[in-house]
Amino acid sequence: MSARSAAARRALPWILLGLLVASFLAGIIVGPVTIPFRSVITGLLSIEANGVSDIHRLIVRQIRLPRILLGLLVGSALAVSGTAMQGLFHNPLASPYVLGIASGASTGAALAILFASASAVVLPLGAFLGAGVAAAIVYGLARGRDRRTSLFTLILAGVAVGALFSAVTSFLIFLSSGGEKLSDVLFWIMGGLGRAGWSSVAVLAPVTVVGIGGIIFFARDLNALSLGEEGAFHVGVDPTVLHRWVLILTTLLTAAAVAMAGTIGFVGLVIPHVMRLLVGPDHRRLIPVSALAGGCFLIWSDMAARTVFAPAELPVGVITAFLGAPFFLYLLKTRGVNL
Amino acid sequence: MMRILLQHISFSYDEATAALQDVDLYVESGAAIALVGANGSGKSTLLKIISGVLQPDRGAVTLDDQRLQALTARAIARRLAMVSQERSMGFDFTVREVVAMGRIPHRARFARESTSDRRAIEEAMKLADVHALAGRSIRAVSGGERQRVYLAMALAQEPRVLLLDEPTTHLDLHHQVQFMSIVRDRADAGLTVVIAIHDLTLAAQACDEIALMDEGRIVDVGPPEDVLTAASIRRAFSVDVVVGDHPSLGTVYVLPALSPRPSR
Repeated sequence: MSARSAAARRALPWILLGLLVASFLAGIIVGPVTIPFRSVITGLLSIEANGVSDIHRLIVRQIRLPRILLGLLVGSALAVSGTAMQGLFHNPLASPYVLGIASGASTGAALAILFASASAVVLPLGAFLGAGVAAAIVYGLARGRDRRTSLFTLILAGVAVGALFSAVTSFLIFLSSGGEKLSDVLFWIMGGLGRAGWSSVAVLAPVTVVGIGGIIFFARDLNALSLGEEGAFHVGVDPTVLHRWVLILTTLLTAAAVAMAGTIGFVGLVIPHVMRLLVGPDHRRLIPVSALAGGCFLIWSDMAARTVFAPAELPVGVITAFLGAPFFLYLLKTRGVNL
Repeated sequence: MMRILLQHISFSYDEATAALQDVDLYVESGAAIALVGANGSGKSTLLKIISGVLQPDRGAVTLDDQRLQALTARAIARRLAMVSQERSMGFDFTVREVVAMGRIPHRARFARESTSDRRAIEEAMKLADVHALAGRSIRAVSGGERQRVYLAMALAQEPRVLLLDEPTTHLDLHHQVQFMSIVRDRADAGLTVVIAIHDLTLAAQACDEIALMDEGRIVDVGPPEDVLTAASIRRAFSVDVVVGDHPSLGTVYVLPALSPRPSR
């Protein structure tokens, strides 16, 4: 580790914090209607000022601000889940969705839209329940006769259960025979922050804080897990306890994020990789910077999603993949395969 | 610095076959003992029982006066360290970071590296001769270097018992000798050492006692020259060997004898 890269490691959290503030302001200014900077500040600080239109004030406080906060929460939840999953499976290909949670959530959301309503309460609830059912089935299957959970079985069960739920969702789409409900389902599956409101922020904020805080609590133990399960035990970390808690926390984070914003891909896979290249594999540094970077990334992706074809809105998952995949490939090519 | 007592240890992975049957063993504080025996004779399983990774079906492990089963993973790790045969590392940690993982059982969760942590890490890297590798990636060093890094990690744990499971199996002669010299040196400094090892001559040179295992039992235990006889080795390994006392090294050596080639 050269002195320069060590300095870069120390500087990165502050750079990301600065970037986050910039993202916040930019996210409020940019959109179908451009908000003047003065209105942004007065709107945020809730100051009465002359010459600031009520419309702008309303847009800042009721539309843009909750949407940006939701982007921050969903982005950091997915990035931290991905980092934790990669640490748990000591495999850099793991993502928050490997255990079939996203597929379960999609089925739940599709059921809610087709048979109940696409309201701000029913849809996330359906998605969250779907994610919970998928997770319960996967963990139930992976739990062996000795009541210990095998990580290998967990991945296989996740793939199979994910495929099953995807098939159910496809079948539901087939049954819906077109129409508005179908486009609702498809749009939800592709992911987006369009449903953002203060209520979704209020639900997601505590879950994300608890989830990320919990995973930071286990950061050192995730480092030890790189030695293998027995290796971790030999330095005093009980792998069974660690697995249980990290799985509970990541499932919670992922299910809550997906329930609010659909299945946004790539954030949970690419952000952990990029951050690991920048700060190294130590989870005590990696998890906080992943949270910040994931939040920033989703805020900017969402900005692109709502401006590129304005007033039409692209699913943000399209943007995250468009930005994430080439950047990922560029890193692979320039930094080598030593991820 | 710590004595190990195993009493009536039995263990099986499945109901059909017993991996360990009624094993008794006493390791004196500061002694180095080698577990030798054929593949599947129970050496690794016994090490896993002593390290607490596996719980015996019957019997008890006692470290000094404490029952191992009553200790938490962290309490065990403060007393006992383990070096395994081969370990793959999931991520690109530096050698220094890996050695520092040995301090986990001694550090509070969010504590920074203390002076005593730093001293233990530096000392361990010096003893295991990996100082020059500190900034390298653990995935970029050679097999012999990697084993020394894991030894350094175990030493940074400042354990009173060091367990080693075939640590030299994949090493060349130079690195085998270097590795075992460090281990012997630590035993002389008071560390209690239990090592599963295939090389009988190396075991005889490095250890005070040999425990010969066969089909899940310890069939003989004692000083190398008592345990390593042509007859006992033939029983345990089904091979003919020549056993001798080396005149200048003063230890027992074991030479496997291939069956004579048919004359042409």
